[in-house]
Amino acid sequence: MQLSVLLVVLALLSVTGYYLGRSTAVRAVDGRVVRLHSVPSYHGMYVALWAGLPALLLFVLWGASENWLVMQMALAGLPPELTNVNEQALNLLKADILNLAHGVTTGRDSHAAVHAAAARYVELHSLSRWMLLAIGAALAVAGLLLARGRINADHRARNKVERALNLFLVGCSLVAILTTIGIVLSLLFEAMRFFAVYPPLDFLFGLHWSPQTAMRADQVGSSGSFGAIPLFAGTLLITMISMAVAVPVGLMSAIFMSEYASPKVRTALKPILEVLAGIPTVVYGFFAALTMAPFIRGLGQSIGLDVASESALGAGVVMGVMIIPFVSSLSDDVINAVPQSLRDGSYGLGATKSETIRQVVLPAALPGIVAAIMLAVSRAIGETMIVVMAAGLSANLTANPLEAVTTVTTQIATLLVGDQEFDSPKTLSAFGLGLVLFLVTLSLNMIALKVVQKYREKYD
Amino acid sequence: MTDLAQQGSRDMTMAHPKSRYQSAEFSARLRARYAAEQRFRVYGIAAVSIAAIMLVVLLASIVSKGYTAFWQNEIRLTVTLDAAELDPQGTRDPKVLAQGNYMKLIRDALAARFPEVTSRTDKRQLGEILSNGAPFVLQKMVMADPALIGKSVPVWFLASDDVDQLEKGYIDRKLPEAQRRVNDLQIKALDGLRQDGSLRAGFNTTLFTAGDSREPEQAGIWGAIVGSFLTLVVTMGLSVPIGIAAAVYMEEFAPKNRWTDLIEVNINNLAAVPSIIYGLLGLAVFLNFFGMPRSAPVVGGVVLALMTLPVIIIASRVALKAVPPSIREAALGVGASPLQAVMHHVLPLAMPGILTGTIIGMARALGETAPLLMIGMIAFIVDIPNSFTSSATVLPVQIFMWSDSPERAFTERTSAAIMVLLGFLIVMNGLAVYLRKKFERRW
Repeated sequence: MQLSVLLVVLALLSVTGYYLGRSTAVRAVDGRVVRLHSVPSYHGMYVALWAGLPALLLFVLWGASENWLVMQMALAGLPPELTNVNEQALNLLKADILNLAHGVTTGRDSHAAVHAAAARYVELHSLSRWMLLAIGAALAVAGLLLARGRINADHRARNKVERALNLFLVGCSLVAILTTIGIVLSLLFEAMRFFAVYPPLDFLFGLHWSPQTAMRADQVGSSGSFGAIPLFAGTLLITMISMAVAVPVGLMSAIFMSEYASPKVRTALKPILEVLAGIPTVVYGFFAALTMAPFIRGLGQSIGLDVASESALGAGVVMGVMIIPFVSSLSDDVINAVPQSLRDGSYGLGATKSETIRQVVLPAALPGIVAAIMLAVSRAIGETMIVVMAAGLSANLTANPLEAVTTVTTQIATLLVGDQEFDSPKTLSAFGLGLVLFLVTLSLNMIALKVVQKYREKYD
Repeated sequence: MTDLAQQGSRDMTMAHPKSRYQSAEFSARLRARYAAEQRFRVYGIAAVSIAAIMLVVLLASIVSKGYTAFWQNEIRLTVTLDAAELDPQGTRDPKVLAQGNYMKLIRDALAARFPEVTSRTDKRQLGEILSNGAPFVLQKMVMADPALIGKSVPVWFLASDDVDQLEKGYIDRKLPEAQRRVNDLQIKALDGLRQDGSLRAGFNTTLFTAGDSREPEQAGIWGAIVGSFLTLVVTMGLSVPIGIAAAVYMEEFAPKNRWTDLIEVNINNLAAVPSIIYGLLGLAVFLNFFGMPRSAPVVGGVVLALMTLPVIIIASRVALKAVPPSIREAALGVGASPLQAVMHHVLPLAMPGILTGTIIGMARALGETAPLLMIGMIAFIVDIPNSFTSSATVLPVQIFMWSDSPERAFTERTSAAIMVLLGFLIVMNGLAVYLRKKFERRW
């Protein structure tokens, strides 16, 4: 409650600051605005920024540290025999206090001191919120008055406001870097915890994947086995099937669209590929599981083949369909980048259109097409929903497309869906798989993007 | 070939009857080359046709599976709202009314309608033609209008999902009884109801107003739609300002050095990172490290915002690049600061392009499933979410959850939900195309 009040107060103070700053600036030069260094609205913005920003910063910092600080103060009030325990018990204690503070019964008989600590927690929490409200409002008012006092005819308000805006722009462009750092750190950190209990070499080269760990330590087969080779093989198999569909169809569509089709036909056909690209993957997954898989199974049975109901073929073909527009639009770009003079030269020597395409255009576009295929492979490897819904969960090490296989992304999804504890190798192994997935797709993308860039420059 | 050339070649033929251009080998080779040309063309047409056929098959299979979900069968029973059961003291106290034995009233109504059914098992099986949400319908009705108590009123109840599927023809009446989910007794009762007009198929409003449910006939997508909306609001609120600001900085202000090159390479790579990795990021950073709530639209929105950010940045940069430098130079020439030139002139001109890219990015975020599974938006949630931190699910995840359900009736509803999702996507993409057409400007 206090937080939203504070935000409203800050917004109001900022708006007031804007108008105050503007009118102060105008008054400082007796209405002759030309004598001001900056136009009045910049003075207004300057005051508004000083009213809003420092308090907002405080708000963010306070919010980030509040829970931890209050918890430490609540714990400090407890008798030492309760707090001098190992980390796990301490976490349990903290959870108890939090539950009691939120009015949830813990289902356990808690020490009276814990109840007292919970009450103290609630009290401190509300006190901290009120303090935040008071300090925040005071800071905003102080900022407003201070900034307003600085306004005079020579005050360089525009430059200051622009510097602040520039910082904001730089900060926004850093978000992308922070995202990457966040991805790498979170994957590395959790994967390290996994590799601490399970040797990385066994993970990368083990042939047996069965992540089920036992509930009790003394149960048979309690360790779980995390050899990821069957997953890599399954991913590779499905990726290869999807490429077998997507590359010829996508490439030929791109060639037809850019070399043969008249502009009219092109505008009629382009939406088909765009719609294919816009369909959510969960829809493809539904299609693969409920239409494609039974169809392939029926087809197999009619010629006497035994097809698993969750065959790699079904998932792979549908994934191929999903990737067709990806391959075709990227190939379209690179084919269009081949200069017309090369084609004209070939026609001049008497080559037919298809000979020109096969012997001149495609070789010239080859690096770009290879890069497009690499990007498509990286997308196929990372695709999740189709394989979660249409490929199986059993980690078979097989090259037979009619059997059920499982993939890296399927396992990540199944291991992490639902409630999970973050200290079992079963959950952490998903981060190991995620790290491998990230590294593989990242290197494919990096190489492909480099190739595409280099290739584009060649004809410019 | 021109006429002149043909003339010339004919003359040559007469002069040199055995010209190499007339030889049998040459014409055979030429024929083969032309045939190859034709074949190549056919391959191209075939490729495009395959893509088109797959699209048609996909859409047709979904529509044919799902169009029946838009109506739902209902059964009319005349229920006597017995005051002795509902409100023995006659206080009309809502607390008392809420605890009335509505199930018994419905059983009595069924018994009155089908006096020929006597045994306990048969009566129980007869009761299964109604949705098990029927007592709540009655309860709601009585609570809303206590004056009904004591009267006999006709009430339309939802049929159970099995009856619904039977009526829609998905359960074969001719199968042996043991293999059918609706037994002979129930079919006979339904035939009786149909004859006196007590069985009708009405528009399935439940589908569009209810939250999730374990019972297919009571399950709806409204909760998921609201969840999707809340999530997208967060996504848009974060990714659009940050994306545009980042694009403006990189396109207009950033010095060309290794640092900005790094940011650029980084953004291109982020655009190609598998979406499930963003889910892992959300799980490890937002849920575990920052302790944000599970299954909440706010976390889903942040994760999707990080995912769509590269898309928006790339689209915005293209739009900014398309604004000719003369605009900037003119603004600078009349004394604007670089920031003013961009904010007052370049950015407004690039806005249509940025908007188009944003809508396409949002459409992608709307269809995204995998990262949301990781952060727990897959929970079974009956209530309609009412805040950014309440537990929610989104439309694609709802589709994923329903597609996993064994009941036949959920297949139909999954397809219907897919149609709704595709409808939203078509509207969004159509809007993007319209905006692009309307504001497209060539300099």
